[in-house]
Amino acid sequence: MRISRRATLSLRTIAIFYLTLLLLLPIGVVLIRTFEHGFGVAWNWMTTPAAVSALWLSLLIALIAVPLNTVFGILASMVLVRSKTRGRAVLDALIDLPFVVSPVIVGLALILVYGKDGWFGNWLIEHGITLIYNPAGMVVATVFVSLPFVVREVAPVLMEVGDEQEQAASTLGASSWQAFRRITLPSIRWGVAYGVVLTTARALGEIGAVAVVSSNVAGSTLTLPLLVQQRDADLGAGSITGAYAAATELAVISLVVLLAMTLLGPRRHEAR
Amino acid sequence: MLYMSIIVLIPLAAVAVKAFSQSPSEFWHSITNKTSVTALVVTIGSSLVVAAIGAVMGTVVAWVLVRDEFPGKRFISSLIDLPFALPTIVAGLTLIALYGPDSPFGLHLVYTRGAVLLALLFVTLPFVVRAVQPVLVELDREVEEAAASLGASNAVTFRRIVLPALRPAILSGTALAFARAVGEFGSLILIAGKVQIASIVIFADIESDAPGAAASLSVVLLVISLLVLFGLRRWGARVAH
Repeated sequence: MRISRRATLSLRTIAIFYLTLLLLLPIGVVLIRTFEHGFGVAWNWMTTPAAVSALWLSLLIALIAVPLNTVFGILASMVLVRSKTRGRAVLDALIDLPFVVSPVIVGLALILVYGKDGWFGNWLIEHGITLIYNPAGMVVATVFVSLPFVVREVAPVLMEVGDEQEQAASTLGASSWQAFRRITLPSIRWGVAYGVVLTTARALGEIGAVAVVSSNVAGSTLTLPLLVQQRDADLGAGSITGAYAAATELAVISLVVLLAMTLLGPRRHEAR
Repeated sequence: MLYMSIIVLIPLAAVAVKAFSQSPSEFWHSITNKTSVTALVVTIGSSLVVAAIGAVMGTVVAWVLVRDEFPGKRFISSLIDLPFALPTIVAGLTLIALYGPDSPFGLHLVYTRGAVLLALLFVTLPFVVRAVQPVLVELDREVEEAAASLGASNAVTFRRIVLPALRPAILSGTALAFARAVGEFGSLILIAGKVQIASIVIFADIESDAPGAAASLSVVLLVISLLVLFGLRRWGARVAH
């Protein structure tokens, strides 16, 4: 289509205006609100014991959930793309469930199964494992909501690569582990990396599912997003600045994530 | 498969079992009392509006990012993923900063449906853009030029040539955005106020130790999500063949 200069310009203006209003302006305002009483005040809010512990808990949860989902994601995409079993179609259909289920329902579901009086809850508690209202349950909730990202990034790449090189490797006497490590893994690495970035972003930012299974105690079961919520609800003097300060920490993390997405994005479907 | 079952499937089954272990009349009451009905109507209504606006604006944004050239385009393009990278609670807080009690524009949208719509538009922005963009890149411009040389106006070319090619991508992006909007919680918790949102009502039910009521409403939302998910898959399979 040949579009007149005027139409091009107005479409461009509409798009940029919409994005500025929806994306840029809000981020700018949070930064202004964080530092409006000076850098020192914001820094104090970021370094209270509750804030430090929330940051560590968020990072710890991501550090457990992301590797678990990465290993699962690679295995599941191998099954989805390479195997021809009947379970394949079922797995393919179910894997996107965490994308469409409300995070609050995820939390409720975990309570009903692993909580007190839940299906497995009492058995677990008798064996000394308390998941719900504990960081361990928050890890399970995070694993649930961030489950599909690696699979959905790696499966298309795996499909693209094909299995000729793997077959060649095994004809030449490589064990299937060797073929996987030397042939498959290097060719899907960018897809894996992009999936890991998306998983990390979701793991650090999740609130709905985690809020339901957390006991919301500052210093032990508050993640950074929960701390933002708690400080916003707190009517004490200046605590809203504290909420903005914690939000700025999260925003900085997500800018790093965004940068990684921008750098990895074009390469993610590259085989090798 | 075992990992999926332990983490995803068994818990979701437990929600359904909990909902249906009540008597039918209790279940019916849980989803037809005034709060639940209002919440469902508001949630589904807002999600439909957001999906519709997102479909149009997402297509416009994707078009500009693919067909237009201007300084700063790469920067704008990488911004699109911001809602996926930014924690949703921060998105909610930004709306308080902009439209809350000390709004720099004097706009007090927070705790109204307007704020809910804005929050949902924010979190669902990437779905349509990221679905349409790759299709638009691949689209063969020669067909458009042929249509134009045969005397078709821009409007006709867009409607008859471009739109049909983009339609599957727009629809699947919109459906995902709708599903996301129906279940959204994080960006709404700070700003919904008295606006009844299904996920927030469920959260309140859990907190006030009414898991039966929470599970009943959850089942309704689960059915909507499943319909969207399986509808998309069946339709995707049909388009592919």
